[in-house]
Amino acid sequence: MLEALRQRCRKLLEDKTVQLIIGYGQTAAHDPAFPLFITQPDEVAQLVWNEQCFCNLTKYLLKPEIRALGKPAIILKGCDERALQVLQQESQINRAEIYVLGMVCQGVGRPRAPKCESCDVPVPRWADEVIGTPHAPREDQVERGPQSDLSRSERSTLAPRYAALETFLKKSPEERLAYWKHELSRCIKCYACRAVCPMCYCNRCIVDKNRPIAIDTSPTLKGNFAWHISRAFHLAGRCVGCDECTRACPAGINLRLLNLALAQVGEEEFQFRPGMEPSAQAIIGAYSLTDKEDFIR
Amino acid sequence: MSEATNHGAAAAGDGAAPFEPKIIAYVCNWCTYLGADLAGTNRLEYPANVRIVRLPCTGRIDFNLIVKAFEVGADAVLVSGCHPGDCHYTAGNFHARRRWVLFRRLLEAVGIETQRIHFSWISAAEGRKFQQVVTEITETTRQMGPYRAYRQICEAT
Ligand code: SF4
Ligand code: SF4
Repeated sequence: MLEALRQRCRKLLEDKTVQLIIGYGQTAAHDPAFPLFITQPDEVAQLVWNEQCFCNLTKYLLKPEIRALGKPAIILKGCDERALQVLQQESQINRAEIYVLGMVCQGVGRPRAPKCESCDVPVPRWADEVIGTPHAPREDQVERGPQSDLSRSERSTLAPRYAALETFLKKSPEERLAYWKHELSRCIKCYACRAVCPMCYCNRCIVDKNRPIAIDTSPTLKGNFAWHISRAFHLAGRCVGCDECTRACPAGINLRLLNLALAQVGEEEFQFRPGMEPSAQAIIGAYSLTDKEDFIR
Repeated sequence: MSEATNHGAAAAGDGAAPFEPKIIAYVCNWCTYLGADLAGTNRLEYPANVRIVRLPCTGRIDFNLIVKAFEVGADAVLVSGCHPGDCHYTAGNFHARRRWVLFRRLLEAVGIETQRIHFSWISAAEGRKFQQVVTEITETTRQMGPYRAYRQICEAT
């Protein structure tokens, strides 16, 4: 697979289909791969493809300094491709100006990352070309149609992707708050979670606004709760669950749980999973006359 | 005040001063604000625990404002606007309603007491409904007591 990938990248650069390859590099085997930007055919030997390729490279498509390098080819896993889909839906990219090399993926991390446990997009669906042979879906990967009208408890048994959240929600609200107090007390507001997120592309983030200050910028518990509620909610109906925020956090805070809570309600109430279905209407920015309102007097 | 003393003492439990809940109501300019106004002109008495903040539309009621209310010491929050179909800007309340569905689930995961966040549709003609809703909320909040848990978060250094 790696050889095929390098060859294709060489060809794409040589025949000037693209000017840039956005892919993965690595210093030593078993180290997490880093984003690699290649403009010369001879550099393709630096590309790697293995289970350490965590990064969701779509993040780099929006950076002006990367855009300045010319038309890119980007190496994407099926989960990363969901982010590409959302960026396209939100008019942030012109898909025709990007060449997508989709990689058939067996999962990242050792042990496998939580998201890979319940992955249902091992093969990229809208890539310009797919590298690798699609393997048969694992037996525990039952297709879970988002249109099903099962009740919350029935569905959650069918959706292993929410398993971590379901376990967490078994705690009482007081225990949950205590958990977040403990976790968020470590947040140093480095904003790495924001920096890696492909969906966090605002030129000016609400936490950086100081006139008026919308969110307390200090890394106190107060400021951290406000930040994390804001971060998670600004990604509601948009987060594709790449878990890069959680991986980037130097404090080891499991941001994934908050993202999962919003992903689950999005699927249950609006039958929507970001980046899964190009024709589906996004949750935010739309409404339905029949949206749930049993909590409103 | 005499009413407050009756209910307050048990819930507060922190000394002599009876607990008086602080309630922040974010209301839209076109419906609920006028509903509150109507309650006033009709001399419909409602608890003075509620602080009204007028915004152009429920669609403008940013979720951060709900968090902010707790930060500044609210014990409960009311978010209220025009009934579906009555929005001055056609669909602001529809967009808001959808966001609240999502937001409530996020807060549940965080462990924030969502029973302290109330939502209602109150039109400009519903002065009486405004009175009822505010009275009910004040009463339930009295029973729940002050929202100490979030205050502790805000006081931690
Ligand atoms: S919030 Fe985290 S998991 Fe979701 S898209 Fe952003 S980086 Fe990925
Ligand atoms: S990456 Fe972690 S420590 Fe940094 S701001 Fe995000 S949650 Fe806080």
